[in-house]
Amino acid sequence: MQIDQQKCVACGNCVPVCPMGAISIDPVRNRAGVNADECVECYTCYRGMSMEKLNPVLVRTIRGLLKVFRLRFDPEPDVCPTSAITPDELTWPRVVRRAFSDPQVTHESTGVHGRGTEEVKTNDVTNRVGLGEVGYVVEFGRPTVGVRFRDIEKMTRALASIGIEFESRNPVTHLMTDKKTGKLRDDILNEKILSAIVEFKTRIENVPAVLQKVDDISKTLDTVVAVGVSTRCAEDGSSALDPVLVEEGFSFVRGKTNLGLGRGND
Amino acid sequence: MCVVRRTWDWAAGMTNTLHRYGSGESFNDDYIVFAIPARGINDKGAVEKQRRFLEIARKHKPINMGDASHGSIFRPSKELNPTVHWRRDPKRDFDTVVNCVSCPSTVAAVFDNPDQVVAFIKELRQEDLGLSINISAALDKAQECARRAGLERHSVEYSLGFFGQTDRMADRHTLELSTMCGHGMLSFDFVRKLVEWVKQGRRSPEQASATLARFCSCGVFNPTRACRLFEEARRVGPGISRSS
Repeated sequence: MQIDQQKCVACGNCVPVCPMGAISIDPVRNRAGVNADECVECYTCYRGMSMEKLNPVLVRTIRGLLKVFRLRFDPEPDVCPTSAITPDELTWPRVVRRAFSDPQVTHESTGVHGRGTEEVKTNDVTNRVGLGEVGYVVEFGRPTVGVRFRDIEKMTRALASIGIEFESRNPVTHLMTDKKTGKLRDDILNEKILSAIVEFKTRIENVPAVLQKVDDISKTLDTVVAVGVSTRCAEDGSSALDPVLVEEGFSFVRGKTNLGLGRGND
Repeated sequence: MCVVRRTWDWAAGMTNTLHRYGSGESFNDDYIVFAIPARGINDKGAVEKQRRFLEIARKHKPINMGDASHGSIFRPSKELNPTVHWRRDPKRDFDTVVNCVSCPSTVAAVFDNPDQVVAFIKELRQEDLGLSINISAALDKAQECARRAGLERHSVEYSLGFFGQTDRMADRHTLELSTMCGHGMLSFDFVRKLVEWVKQGRRSPEQASATLARFCSCGVFNPTRACRLFEEARRVGPGISRSS
């Protein structure tokens, strides 16, 4: 992402909007700029902010006059007055940033849309996670911290070392050069993204060991890791995962509940 | 060379509401019901079914609604005029959400009352759309809603919370508000700024909530809960939003 230097009036509205804190005002040039290394191409500034198309010279003049008289205009906080936020033309490998950061786009290299798959949300149709099995979604970088692929690779390598098989339709799996070892492509390792999800499943008896491994490796990463686990319920709606998680010391309040109303096309 | 393109053909289910931050009590007014087709299995003809889902949802008075590919009832505008700084139109655009569904995607409706959720699910059962229907909420409350609607849950996904460098996260109020967009579009700094503005009386909780909601393109942001959280933050007193 770029800020058009001809249009920017240094109002500062876009500065706090950036989830990565990558936008700042240059005090010498009095214009906003984007730290390209920290920008994850999430398009939050470009798409989330509303835009006016005011004349930049006029806006700067008015702002200058108000400043002389120590007056402050109280604008809407999510408006760019001169439509100065401008997307870049992205090429490989930087294009990976947007694919994993902007929820409204996909990436042709992965062949999969979004940061993850349908998980257990369509389990009533796909039966991806069966009785006695547990699906895992290990997400890096959320909320609003960000992550580089080299940190994700530390986790995928560690999980592969205990025999984990990664979900084949997941975008991170598509970026692996060796799914047996969890090795990711070298040319993306330094790319920073808003978040990415690694998915896999195991038998329920493996849950304690897997969660312990995730916890151990997470402590070595320069980001936060959000973990979700899922399973198929019994006929009466009970979940065999409840006692396992309690035994492991987890408290769980929030989750997704699949109501079982899905079915294949007739 | 690879290129990024919009997901007009198929957008996956990534409502990402799983890791919303808060206590059980904090989710008393937070229920997200969403519909999603399974890619390659029942996504043919899903667009009409998703529109129907949203039309039914609308009858039950959701507080937000959205399509992961095309946005929510709260939308940023690219053609504002300067009067917006004095008179911002609080319009909630339900029609555009319904009419814009054009590809198999995740569509969601947010409610702040379990009775509405139960009534909505009962009607969905009768309609028999064939799409997967999920509730993202406190697990016990979601199960209660399902049972009241005559259903037992098929599958369940638990949030186990955050691991790793959790000291890089924000304070409680900021997290509760920021994680209402699971895709991370609500920056900690922006949430803090709006909390401060509410405390200073420069914006009302309703105005601040609508501002945040415009950044959550999936339509899963809960403005009722946000108003309550802004109000709570205001009552706590100055400075609390900056503590970690």
